[in-house]
Amino acid sequence: MIGEVPLSYYLLLSAILFAIGAGGVLIRRNVIIVLMCVEMMMNAVNLTFIAFSRYLDSTTGQIFVFMIMAVAAVEVAVGLALLVELNRHKASVNINDFNSLKG
Amino acid sequence: MPIDFPVLNFQAIAPELVVVVTAFLVMFAELFVDDKRILGYISILGLAMAAILNFALMAAFAPPTFQTMMISDGYSLILNLIFIIAAALSILISLSYLGDRELQHGEYYALLLFATVGMMLMGAATDLIIVFMGLEIMSIALYILAAFNRQQLGSGEAGMKYFVLGAFASAFFLYGVALVYGATGSTNLQEIGNWFSADRGNLGDPIALIGLSLLLVGFSFKIAAVPFQWWTPDVYQGAPTSVTAFMSVGAKAAGFAALMRVLMVSFGDAFTADWQLAVAVLAVITMTVGNIAALAQKDVKRMLAYSSIAHAGYILVGVVPGTIEGVQAVLFYLLSYTFMNIGAFAVIAVLERRSQVGSNIKDYAGLATRSPLLALAMMLFMISLTGIPPFIGFWGKLYVFRAAVEANMSWLAVVGMINSAISAFYYLGVVVQMYMRPVATEEDGDVAPALRISAPVVVTLVVTAIVTILFGVWPTPLVNLTSLAMFG
Repeated sequence: MIGEVPLSYYLLLSAILFAIGAGGVLIRRNVIIVLMCVEMMMNAVNLTFIAFSRYLDSTTGQIFVFMIMAVAAVEVAVGLALLVELNRHKASVNINDFNSLKG
Repeated sequence: MPIDFPVLNFQAIAPELVVVVTAFLVMFAELFVDDKRILGYISILGLAMAAILNFALMAAFAPPTFQTMMISDGYSLILNLIFIIAAALSILISLSYLGDRELQHGEYYALLLFATVGMMLMGAATDLIIVFMGLEIMSIALYILAAFNRQQLGSGEAGMKYFVLGAFASAFFLYGVALVYGATGSTNLQEIGNWFSADRGNLGDPIALIGLSLLLVGFSFKIAAVPFQWWTPDVYQGAPTSVTAFMSVGAKAAGFAALMRVLMVSFGDAFTADWQLAVAVLAVITMTVGNIAALAQKDVKRMLAYSSIAHAGYILVGVVPGTIEGVQAVLFYLLSYTFMNIGAFAVIAVLERRSQVGSNIKDYAGLATRSPLLALAMMLFMISLTGIPPFIGFWGKLYVFRAAVEANMSWLAVVGMINSAISAFYYLGVVVQMYMRPVATEEDGDVAPALRISAPVVVTLVVTAIVTILFGVWPTPLVNLTSLAMFG
């Protein structure tokens, strides 16, 4: 018989996931991997919401998660479209190659 | 069992509804209209209707509606006005700017209207869910608009950078919301505020404090406060000038709108001391970094990007006191900034060369001889942005700094004034170019293209210039208008 997993475990896990995602955005140079890392951060937030929602016995958090999932889908669609558009000018997915703007 | 139907006060969100309907109308009409400029005029018509409804709503404010998700109070209505003006003036610039570059597509106007709705939602939101939805509706539309110039690599790059960093900042904002929700059990701004004032024992609750700081990070990105400003110069330079004009004003005002409501309503009273120092530090480094970086710029669009960072710093000074006078001063500043900044971008849009991204300061040399009126208008906006009386920019700065002095934070006002003095160097640098440098000649091998100013741009310039002068000499009507701003 396994006891209930305490809230702090979920919070710690989501904090770790969020940190991995944030680190990935800052370190990785491949735009597609950066997009995946942003998704990871969003999903870490989702986990936090669900854990709190269960802990507080309130449904607001779960509704928020649906909103986040919808927005995350839109963001990926727009992000990939922008990348496709960029590739018409420059066949690369490396962030360092997109450096025509500087001052 | 009786069912309680929620109160849905559609009247309270009438301006938002009108703008949404107009946006869909524009998307639909796009299929049948050959001259896409008509869609721009339809958009302006819709915005004008929204503005009229907005004024009508100012007669009587409504309590929170849609299950306390949104409100139409003095604060949100004045912000709506700022967004509507910014959108309408940018559309006027867009009409010829897009046409010259063969970018005239109906989606542009629809996206711009959707971004406006997102901003209006952020101003009217009383629940973090709606703040988030407004933020994303605005941001996603702006990502696409920034990348709208498909012929230029720079535009796509601007869109991509804005998108990656914007999504990154949204994630931080969301994490902040999640933690605040966990600490207080609610996402409603008022309930969060009540929870904090009722349960004073939890004031040091680390989860709530971490949540607050993450929310600050998310908003700082949208208003381009240092150290979250890295995207600003690239995006402002690469995006089409009409879009830059819109987002430098609208997105910034929307960020401040949500930031101030969250700070005052949810984290007012008990938490004020906690965020006051953080916001004060943000204000000081934001204006200093923005001004010093602007000094070195050779591209006018890029220079105005750094200048907009500096202005975010000045505006943050008005947020620091945490008083309603400070909020009203901020709204006055945002309103005045809308006119003078869009005016400046209208001039840039006229002078910008078709083939390249950005706008080199050399193109401004001798503008006074090529087009005296255009040079005069640009000088007016530059002087007003510096904050020299008797133009509208002076009053914005005065009210913001006065709010800081009244809250016993005179040092902030002093730092702000020193920064205004620094900013004079680069603003007046443009004036020096226009009036004291000769026009590039054939021997230089770089002849400036002939100036063509379309009628809508003339309207934009005339409106912004008149407002900048008129309300600079006589600011009372605008002060009275912004003093309607109260949290309902």
